[in-house]
Amino acid sequence: MTVLAVRGLSVSVGDTELVKDVSLEIGAGERVGLIGESGSGKSLTASAVMGLLPEELDVSGSVELDGRQLLGMPERELSRLRGRAMSMVFQEPMTALNPSMQVGKQVAEVMRLHRTNQDPRAAAVDLLDRVRLPDPRRAAKAYPHQLSGGQRQRVMLAMALANNPSLLICDEPTTALDVTVQAQILDLILANTQGSALLFITHDLAVVATVCERVLVMYDGQIVESGLVLDVFTAPQHRYTQQLLASSDLESTDENGRLKTVSHD
Amino acid sequence: MIEVRDLRRTYRGRLGRPAVDALRGVSFDVAAGQRFGIVGESGSGKSTLVRLLAALDTPTGGTISFRGTRIDGVPERRLKFLRDELQIVFQDPMGSLDPRMRVRDIICEPLKRRDDERLAELLDAVGLPLDAASRYPHQFSGGQRQRISIARALAPDPKVLIADEPVSALDVSVRAQILNLLADLVERYELTLVFVSHDLSVVRHVCDTVAVMRRGEIVELGDVEQVYQQPLHEYTRELIAAAPTLRAALARFQEG
Repeated sequence: MTVLAVRGLSVSVGDTELVKDVSLEIGAGERVGLIGESGSGKSLTASAVMGLLPEELDVSGSVELDGRQLLGMPERELSRLRGRAMSMVFQEPMTALNPSMQVGKQVAEVMRLHRTNQDPRAAAVDLLDRVRLPDPRRAAKAYPHQLSGGQRQRVMLAMALANNPSLLICDEPTTALDVTVQAQILDLILANTQGSALLFITHDLAVVATVCERVLVMYDGQIVESGLVLDVFTAPQHRYTQQLLASSDLESTDENGRLKTVSHD
Repeated sequence: MIEVRDLRRTYRGRLGRPAVDALRGVSFDVAAGQRFGIVGESGSGKSTLVRLLAALDTPTGGTISFRGTRIDGVPERRLKFLRDELQIVFQDPMGSLDPRMRVRDIICEPLKRRDDERLAELLDAVGLPLDAASRYPHQFSGGQRQRISIARALAPDPKVLIADEPVSALDVSVRAQILNLLADLVERYELTLVFVSHDLSVVRHVCDTVAVMRRGEIVELGDVEQVYQQPLHEYTRELIAAAPTLRAALARFQEG
């Protein structure tokens, strides 16, 4: 069953097209990676899906979530879907959390706003337990600055999962974390998104290969290659994908011991 | 080149919180020409160690010698030699480059004078065009900004370069370019490199020797290939296992 269907999505500012004719589909329980370098349009694509693009950008095409057209939907309706039918985890949890509100209340708020739970406060503690925050009852009373980076990301994940969204978008969720913490967070994302559609944005190829089954490669605003992770990563067709894979491999070097790089021409 | 003995740094607890032992007795030597890696996660003490190696902070105990001269607890006016001979490249070039200075002035600042010939040489060495000199840091990409901070670090012709997570904020494709650049420069200028990272696989590519740090201590120290292939300490094994690699991830599919 298709959860997210994006067709011919373009995002532009003035005459400059930043995202060009992007199409993708994600089904329930499917995990799709979106890779590409800074400025390739990954995050803009995600923002367009969430309806979070800055006003000065023009969007065209079609974004359907569970069969409903999101582009052109009034903000009042969109905000009812955000945090409920679709949610997002960002790279930097410190800027995404409210610094002056206890994290348990922030998790409960997501359920209170959408009236999805009779007892949001207790449910928040359960959720914090589900993302394996130690001593969830106490953690619920903590403010964001009292938690470590990994703990904050667990809180973000609890908020994102609170209303069992059909679509979860993760935008570089582990890039700012230590490797051992990253491994735990990736496990949590995998364990808690079994029935949801997952769009996972990262520039780390090893992370994509760990989490996703399918992958989309973005370059200069376009999806230049897509397919099963195994196929794309073992037999890349597009030149950019080939170079990206070569440059990320720290174990393969040229005759002078130098890494392979991407040439932009 | 660098001799560190039983180095300790305790940060006093504030507002009733307990004191933090950021470094609990660290000892190691860095020989001239060595590429010495320091690996550790948040809170391991690696940043504290970098600050002490550059004499930007004073240790609570222990000693650091640079080419035979003590640099711990020495007043700034007697550290002139160190400021020329040891330079640092930081993780976030946007945070370490003055946004209001032109690239020309940023690179020449350690020289304390404008030297166009040296400037041209440095820009060329880090692969930036000459016309970069008149622009400001925000006009460059992350990788280019890191090139600017490397050029600035090389300006006083240092013997030792400390690179503190120089590629952690960069895309993989840019990471490869900057790692290659560092390797070229280390060779060309016969630099001694201290490379700090949370990523053991990057250190393995860059360095010959590695010290693995956890909670203010070095838990393992040795030849990088040996440490990576046959880690002796439990924590090193954990670090290696936790880092996802493309090969291991793809093997998951091939097994079905």
